[in-house]
Amino acid sequence: MRGVLPVGSMHEVSMGVDKMFLLDVVNVTKVFGYGFLGRARFRAVDNVSLHQEDEPKILTIAGESGCGKTTLARTILGFMEPNEGEVKYKGRNIHRLRSKEKLWFRKEVQAIFQDPFETFNPMRKVDAYLYEAAKNLLGLKSVDEATKCVEESLEFMGLSLKEVEGKHPSEFSGGQLQRMSIARALLVRPRLIVADEPVSMIDASMRMNIINTFKDMKRKLEVSFIYITHDLATAYYVSDEIGIMYRGSLVEEGPAQEVLMERHHPYTKALVSSLPEPGKREEWLKKTKASGLEIKEFLSPGCKYANLCLKAFEKCTKQKPPMFPVRKANVACWLYESQ
Amino acid sequence: MLESPQEFVDAVSDVSVDLYRDEVFGIAGESGCGKTTLVRVLYGHIKPPLVLKQGSVELCTEDERPIAITSLSLRKRQRMVWWKRISYIPQASMNVLNPTMRIRDHFAEMLKVYSGMSKERAYPRAYEYAETMGLPSDALKAFPHQLSGGMRQRTVIAMAVLLEPDLVLADEPSSALDVITQRTALTFLKDVQTKLGNTLVLVTHDMNIHSVLTDKVAIMYAGKIIEIGKTSDVFQKPLHPYTRALIESLPRLGDKSQRTGLGGQPPDLRRPPEGCRFHPRCSHAWAACSSDEPSLLEKEDERRVACWLHA
Repeated sequence: MRGVLPVGSMHEVSMGVDKMFLLDVVNVTKVFGYGFLGRARFRAVDNVSLHQEDEPKILTIAGESGCGKTTLARTILGFMEPNEGEVKYKGRNIHRLRSKEKLWFRKEVQAIFQDPFETFNPMRKVDAYLYEAAKNLLGLKSVDEATKCVEESLEFMGLSLKEVEGKHPSEFSGGQLQRMSIARALLVRPRLIVADEPVSMIDASMRMNIINTFKDMKRKLEVSFIYITHDLATAYYVSDEIGIMYRGSLVEEGPAQEVLMERHHPYTKALVSSLPEPGKREEWLKKTKASGLEIKEFLSPGCKYANLCLKAFEKCTKQKPPMFPVRKANVACWLYESQ
Repeated sequence: MLESPQEFVDAVSDVSVDLYRDEVFGIAGESGCGKTTLVRVLYGHIKPPLVLKQGSVELCTEDERPIAITSLSLRKRQRMVWWKRISYIPQASMNVLNPTMRIRDHFAEMLKVYSGMSKERAYPRAYEYAETMGLPSDALKAFPHQLSGGMRQRTVIAMAVLLEPDLVLADEPSSALDVITQRTALTFLKDVQTKLGNTLVLVTHDMNIHSVLTDKVAIMYAGKIIEIGKTSDVFQKPLHPYTRALIESLPRLGDKSQRTGLGGQPPDLRRPPEGCRFHPRCSHAWAACSSDEPSLLEKEDERRVACWLHA
């Protein structure tokens, strides 16, 4: 499918730097206001740096609700501007693109969202979305070309144009609809797909079918992924690299195998040990420390996990830990300072 | 059964379960399989469009004759059964708390309304109770919006068992929570059940939760129970092909082997398939599966399965 890509001139420009990342998130901070007139402020994303190399890889950003993973995804997609820091795609700051470059960026980077019923307008036919993408983003003028393109991407997702044609979103199940939204994203032959909780609304028995198509897309079509999820089991299954976020900060990042199996940060440990799994009954039923008031943690000057951390010492509540390299991972925890 | 202007849909059909004291009974299944409908019938919360066409629910009590919940009037159900004998924790129930009331006042209010306590007696009793339930004192003084989702969920659970009901029905009590808060909320629910020695019915689509929390589990598909048994047995040796698919499609940390999900779609319940409702998606289906419906047959000790492979 990549073979038929109409090669644009713009993304072939090389940037004369020694190593260019596909995506480079540099010290991104996003601040939101809350309370009376939004005067009180908190950092939904707090000084996060991540990068994705220029080869097909799946990078997962995992964390619990309110950890800032969706805000980060929306910043990467260019939906919101960071208050500090920048997001570079192929060396260009995506929040400072000229209008021509914007079209290029929208073609190169596609998004998949959590709720497929919200992705599609219930009054419109779903195939219209696919044709629209073919026309506007790929610039295909003839109907035949567009149809061929639509068919190809639907086929890749295990659907056929016949079952989709002329139907409204309400005639499909969530799983089918999500496949269509992925087919739509795939249609423009993106280089990177940002998928925000793409399977959390899909029944577990069918979830893996969609996750497997991500792996296929990576292997066969060389698409990179940023997979945003709270589900560590699917994250382990599908991703090459992973970053764990907590209350706006990145606490640990590295190869998925290293981060999820070795677990250096106390938060990563707590997260993994809380996963229910067959055969873990006794261990899982043990008592744990519960979080009470959320906002306190966002405003903490030190490590945001210090309140709940069993290994916290004085420094943890006062000073924010930087990233320390631990084996193949990077961990933001004072425990690893001396190493 | 759910009624639409034109037709009825069998959201739950031909289901029989026995619940015993001092057990955690799980109901598993995916969206649209009828698990919420079943729980609503167990609670006796039958309001149009839900119509009970056939069958009944009986609650045995130690001192009296069994109470036929489904044939009581709404007023009697409210006065005699709900909260006192059966509590229901619905989905996303952490959002049921009144935003203008402090957490401790929610408890006092319940005592006033349901046990007719005076205000003077209800408040101290409420504080005492909340403390024994392990709710921290700063949470009791807070308004609901100041608390994390997990703490609110624990508050709702504590309220549901305030009058020590015989049966607690929890419908996806943790699906809106994160893994860590989910663990604290569910272990709390389990502790409460152990303390009271009553019955907890836990409805969730998440098979992993069943594996760590329930004693028995019933798997539903398209409005029917297709397998039921001790949770450990079901996980060790799932008999029904659907149960096996549910368990085997779950990814695990430390295991990168290829997983495949089920193909096809769940059936349209307005026109359920002939024979076994799962047969169009089943890789083991043979002639009998598409013509006759298998009934739920006793296989081993406390193990029943509705599948022609095991008939």
